[in-house]
Amino acid sequence: MKLNLALAQINTKLGDVDANLAKHLDYIKQAKSQKSDLLVFPELSLTGYVLQDLVASVAHKPTEDDPVFKHLLKESHNLDLVVGFVDEDSRHRFYIASAYLSGGKVIHVHHKIYLPTYGLFDEGRFFAWGDSIRAFDTRFGRVGMLICEDFWHASPPYLLWLDGADIMIFSSASPGRGLNDKEKLESARWVERVTKAYASMFTSFVAHANRVGYEDGLHFWGGATLFDPNGEEIAIGPYNEEALTFAQMDLNQLRRTRTRLPLLRDERTSLVQKELDRILSRG
Amino acid sequence: MVDLTLSINTDLACEILTGFIKSEVTRIGMSHAVVGLSGGLDSALSCILTAKALGAENVLAVRMPYKASSKDSLDHAQLLIDQLGVQSKTVEITDMVEPLFKLDPDISKMRMGNIMARERMIVLFDQSEVFKGLVIGTSNKTEILLGYSTHYGDSASAMNPIGDLYKTQVRQLSRALNIPAPIIDKPPSADLWEGQTDEIELGFTYEEVDKLLYLLVDQRYCPQEAMEVGFDVKFINAVMTRVRRNQFKRMQPPIAKISNRTIGYDFLYLRDWGT
Repeated sequence: MKLNLALAQINTKLGDVDANLAKHLDYIKQAKSQKSDLLVFPELSLTGYVLQDLVASVAHKPTEDDPVFKHLLKESHNLDLVVGFVDEDSRHRFYIASAYLSGGKVIHVHHKIYLPTYGLFDEGRFFAWGDSIRAFDTRFGRVGMLICEDFWHASPPYLLWLDGADIMIFSSASPGRGLNDKEKLESARWVERVTKAYASMFTSFVAHANRVGYEDGLHFWGGATLFDPNGEEIAIGPYNEEALTFAQMDLNQLRRTRTRLPLLRDERTSLVQKELDRILSRG
Repeated sequence: MVDLTLSINTDLACEILTGFIKSEVTRIGMSHAVVGLSGGLDSALSCILTAKALGAENVLAVRMPYKASSKDSLDHAQLLIDQLGVQSKTVEITDMVEPLFKLDPDISKMRMGNIMARERMIVLFDQSEVFKGLVIGTSNKTEILLGYSTHYGDSASAMNPIGDLYKTQVRQLSRALNIPAPIIDKPPSADLWEGQTDEIELGFTYEEVDKLLYLLVDQRYCPQEAMEVGFDVKFINAVMTRVRRNQFKRMQPPIAKISNRTIGYDFLYLRDWGT
């Protein structure tokens, strides 16, 4: 089975959801014209990233009657979509969220579980922390979604793997930093290294969509990637410019790789649990 | 041992910094920029980056000599104007600042320097209105950290593309962008009085202090660790004191909080809000 993936690395207007929705609809049109099956947008693709006090005013609920999601759901009948937004729950907590839309329905919503609040980041000040990591079923198999800092920690991808995800979809709004004499920014090299490592260690597909553009002095570097279950790079988008990167996943590669390299079969989850219980109960 | 060459990928730096200028100018519906060109290296680099970002025809380089300014400064600025093909204008500030100088026969060099720097700021922001262009900053990371600038003078701008580059890196990027050699090779100077150079005034070279600042600021070394890699304790202390005492130049003035929502503390929006 083949999955035609499209990774959208877009710039956004900070706090202007209508303008960002229009851009989403334009990219959806382009992806459909290339017969894509799944289109992935970056973190907070409908709102922009450094929202600060804009958070409450850009929040939406992923429902059919929401003025933004009704358009996206309508478009999801023959193209699955992953979009980034601010999710407001019924008790008015705001989350950085990714929604997986397919067949006119919301299949899954992930709330970012690690909110970086250090250095240049201040997410924990403005957002609520997500508290679940779940894989979910799609027409292409079982999928897991994570948002930026979530996959800077090793446990969320690991848990998704154990929960059955064969396709991991990562989205970011990663500010570029660490310019030295190397070809790429330190932040870009780090992200590419770990996403490639997850694909290799979990013998899974790992797709990553990162935004581009500037917000004040912050610069977002793009460079969308797809790695296959061998950890090989299938596609990489350009840096520092908007682009729609197309790549095909040959889902049969999961079987071939895992036959050769049965890391999933041999993973000793009971041992992990036993040792975690010991470590966490210590002291 | 950490690499202290401070060497950067100049192609990538150029791409990110020109992208920044273009984004920040055009996202508010503007297309032009104004750069004060002193004849020195920092303003030359800001000017060339701006010309690359917006197109030379959309950049106004302004020379603002005082009667005591060195002729080299004017000539070097002209060299760059000719090389880039940017628009240019020369506004002499002598007649604007002299009346103020004359009010106090005991006026110090420092006060005169500050007045000239602020007068140039006034001229640039006035030209900003005439040319419908944003004022592009020309302060590098070394001088911002050391506070080697005039508050609301040369430090004033609408945006600063080179403020995260140490002077050493400004030189490297300038060489890569083919800024004329006389501009790169001459001793850095604010040119506020004859014979003034940055390094004599500061008491150390940029090359030395950049390495130390890189360790203390970028690599988060503590003073003890900087000593262990060979920096003199007096030098470390002098630099750290300068950095601390000049924090006020790097900030908006604090507002006394009395309400529930105060600008600067809990009224938080980026400048790029809505764009």
